[in-house]
Amino acid sequence: MCNQAVGLVAAELERQGISTVTIQLLRYVAEKMCPPRALAVPFRHGYPLGKPDDPVHQHAVIEAALKMLEDKSLQPPAIVDYVAKQGL
Amino acid sequence: MGDLNEFPLKYKLFLKAYPWRRIDPVPWAPMKKPLDECRLALVSSAGLVIAGQAPFDESIRGGDYSFREIPSDTNLSALIDTHRSDLYDHSGLRQDPNLAFPLDRMRELAENGRIGSLNHRHLSFMGSITAPGRLAKKTAPAAVSKLAEDKVDIALLVPV
Repeated sequence: MCNQAVGLVAAELERQGISTVTIQLLRYVAEKMCPPRALAVPFRHGYPLGKPDDPVHQHAVIEAALKMLEDKSLQPPAIVDYVAKQGL
Repeated sequence: MGDLNEFPLKYKLFLKAYPWRRIDPVPWAPMKKPLDECRLALVSSAGLVIAGQAPFDESIRGGDYSFREIPSDTNLSALIDTHRSDLYDHSGLRQDPNLAFPLDRMRELAENGRIGSLNHRHLSFMGSITAPGRLAKKTAPAAVSKLAEDKVDIALLVPV
């Protein structure tokens, strides 16, 4: 349900002119809902940015999300799968 | 991980049958300026509140569709997890709230210039909303209007 809630808020943000990227824990839900930009992550619920107290790993996920905002080639709805770099 | 199989069978079947809200047409607001000039706001559905704010209400049928504003100068240790779901492990988030509300990470990105700035407030929802009509029609537009008034450019949304 959390995935749906953020997707609906993301849609409203975009309607009001604010660019969004949404972390999605369930690719299945992103495919059903079609939020504007979704980064599908391979983490379990409760751990949307991966590991607690691991700033390097968290920054890697956030950077992947920010890159979606910068990617002018993306078209709505855009779903990108997060792939962890080696060592993370 | 990150799929329906992490849930008990009963809930998995519910999620399979659930009529997910399809966003159609999909709104699209491309960035209007470089990231290092953008003002960012966070949106979390982890049910986080700060002292003095009412916890999210577990008794509301269909889910609590209200929201809280989280000031940007909040110390993450002051955030209180009031999400009602017992379907996920809360221990990681309680150990490190950055997992679902990465305020420290965003401060670091603003300091090193990757993003322009952080907005002075962010949004907190409680994501266990099975009847999302009131969220979509009432509270999300009201909450987002506040960020629009703040001239926020971009938002990172994190479910839990």
